[in-house]
Amino acid sequence: MEDIFITNDRLDSKACTETVTYPGAGGIVVFVGTVRNQTKGKTVKHLEFESYEKMALKEMQKIADEATERWSLYKMVIHHRLGLVPIEEEAVVIACSSAHRKEAFEACQYAIDTLKETVPIWKKEVFEDGEVWVSAHP
Amino acid sequence: MEIEVVAFGIAKDIIKGKQVSISLSDNFTVGEARKKLSEQYPDFSKLTSLRFAVNADYVQDDYVLNPKDEVVLIPPVSGG
Repeated sequence: MEDIFITNDRLDSKACTETVTYPGAGGIVVFVGTVRNQTKGKTVKHLEFESYEKMALKEMQKIADEATERWSLYKMVIHHRLGLVPIEEEAVVIACSSAHRKEAFEACQYAIDTLKETVPIWKKEVFEDGEVWVSAHP
Repeated sequence: MEIEVVAFGIAKDIIKGKQVSISLSDNFTVGEARKKLSEQYPDFSKLTSLRFAVNADYVQDDYVLNPKDEVVLIPPVSGG
């Protein structure tokens, strides 16, 4: 079972954990990406995310399919937030369950690493004195 | 033919809008569209990468464009 979702509302990592809970599972791994208050020593006010939503959902689905198949997961959830996200709030939640912990750890790591490479979502860091699209320039 | 190219993230700032129309002769490839856009907007060459998506899938530079394609510029992604 996979649950792929993009929203402008707050994410709920606790609900995601419950979604992947399963009788046959011996391990659940949850990654929560939260908004940090600084980057390279510079104070960040908040982040702003935008996406090419149709394709983002498709790419997130591919990640969940691949991870589920490769690590024999019971369930995987990938939720991403868009719009303005304040400091400390959740920007992304990835949760998965498997029979044993090793598979869940590896699948979760694969999912967040691949999301950062392939899913068309863009993050802008907003500072007191300006803003920067993250990773745009070398 | 005319192709509408939609932009996101920093690509929107570079073209100063949500989309740009480029004229190409028939059977032009993504690589040729890329060249044309880079000439028109030199700031694209400063990016870490610039990928193209057609109909919500990544495509390579040898993809031949069709006027009905939904063409989207994908500057370096930074989700998560």
